[in-house]
Amino acid sequence: MPNMISKALALPALITLSMSLPAQAQSDVELGGYGEMHYNNLADGTRKLDFHRFVLFFGHEWNDSTRFFSELEIEHALAGESQPGEVELEQAYVEIDLNDKLSTQSGVFLLPIGILNETHEPDTFYGVERNPVEKNIIPTTWWEGGFGINGRAGMATSYSLHVHSGLLVDPTSFNIRSGRQKVANANTGSLAYTASMSWRGVPGMEIGAALQMQDDITQGASPTPASLTEFHIDMEKGSFGLRALYAGWQLNSAAARALNKDQQSGYYLEPSYKFSKKFGIFARMNSWDNSSGTATNTQMDYGINYWPHPKVAFKFDVQDHSDDTKDGFNLGVGYQF
Amino acid sequence: MRRRISLLLISLTIMGSVFARGVYQAPMDFLAESFHGEVPESSLLLIDTSLEASVKQILGHRYESQRIRYWREEGRTAWILQEVGKTKPITVGIVVNQGKLERVKVLVFRESRGWEVRYPFFTDQFIGASLTESAELDKTIDGVTGATLSVSALTRLARLAILLHKESEK
Repeated sequence: MPNMISKALALPALITLSMSLPAQAQSDVELGGYGEMHYNNLADGTRKLDFHRFVLFFGHEWNDSTRFFSELEIEHALAGESQPGEVELEQAYVEIDLNDKLSTQSGVFLLPIGILNETHEPDTFYGVERNPVEKNIIPTTWWEGGFGINGRAGMATSYSLHVHSGLLVDPTSFNIRSGRQKVANANTGSLAYTASMSWRGVPGMEIGAALQMQDDITQGASPTPASLTEFHIDMEKGSFGLRALYAGWQLNSAAARALNKDQQSGYYLEPSYKFSKKFGIFARMNSWDNSSGTATNTQMDYGINYWPHPKVAFKFDVQDHSDDTKDGFNLGVGYQF
Repeated sequence: MRRRISLLLISLTIMGSVFARGVYQAPMDFLAESFHGEVPESSLLLIDTSLEASVKQILGHRYESQRIRYWREEGRTAWILQEVGKTKPITVGIVVNQGKLERVKVLVFRESRGWEVRYPFFTDQFIGASLTESAELDKTIDGVTGATLSVSALTRLARLAILLHKESEK
């Protein structure tokens, strides 16, 4: 036994050491990030190479129960007047643990709605671009400022309740996505409330739901109470994966009805298969409508992901849209650390 | 509605008491449970140059110490190992019997996300697994959504424990 040294030190001393030293050795400051570059080639003539997102995470832990987390993003590489990009503060919140089952969140945070809104690092999903249903209906990526409670119950159930800044939607279009105020001098005349719940009691499976309500998404311009309902399943069992999501808005005003914007909803179904840890294929059927059933979009996506490292992904996909000018293919590379 | 939700938030906040980190079982209790109350004398395994290469292949880095303590009774060994999930080390108790995982238990969980990995519905997947020639587990371990890094850390430690068990038998 050349590499075995028998005769132990005192067990209590070891246990104390094993439980305390590594924690103390960790830094209080956390740095991370992700990024993705895309090439789009579509039938409408689009031939675009774009460093779509460059993101840095900064976090700090003051003690075991109080921490800060932030996400700073440059979109489309170049920000400024007349430039295509933006600099965005997507997360900046203080989290305080009240006990081992309950914590508070204060500041700017991602809303816990859907599959991609909170977890959207490029190595974690199939397809070069984020799916059009979560983008156009929820609308992902969506962050707001406010206060919330995150809790857990039993072995695998988590829930949250947040009160936060709401949408400011233009009543001449009722375009939900354009109504995100991004916590930039946001109008808080009408706050919004978001509740979510998820269950992960079987390895590889998550079932989640969310509900959001706001008294007036126009902030006084044309009073319109609105609610968003969302359900999803995210499953990965062995080599097989399946993602399915439904999200739907109800806008309750005569103005929204007059423009056929009172119901906006969509769903997608995404089966996938991993041949190995490095290769996976997927297909996704997307259907969404932002005009009360009068203008349904459908899009089929097929593609492959290649992970040379678990945190680095090369992607290729083909999209077949109900509007033929949006047919085409996409290439991408993404990473996180 | 606004007043009711605000009251609910305040009530939930007040419900919180003094924070207690996730210490789910003291290592000594894990060992006592694993050896039916009679914990054998411990030994130390030195990670020498040849073993270090295998350890790095599994963890992607060196283990935090060069000597690892373990407890043996006939063909069973118990290990208290640690690995960082996202930013904090997760302490895990692992029992290996004849080269196969017999027990995997999260003893201390310090991360703020991924807490589901401590429950048996996840850790029971490891039971019976052994190492392939390429030092992978011979069973598929399904992950937990939102806990990818914690799942990965536990899987690495499970592989490491089997490797160390085999080394301790040499």
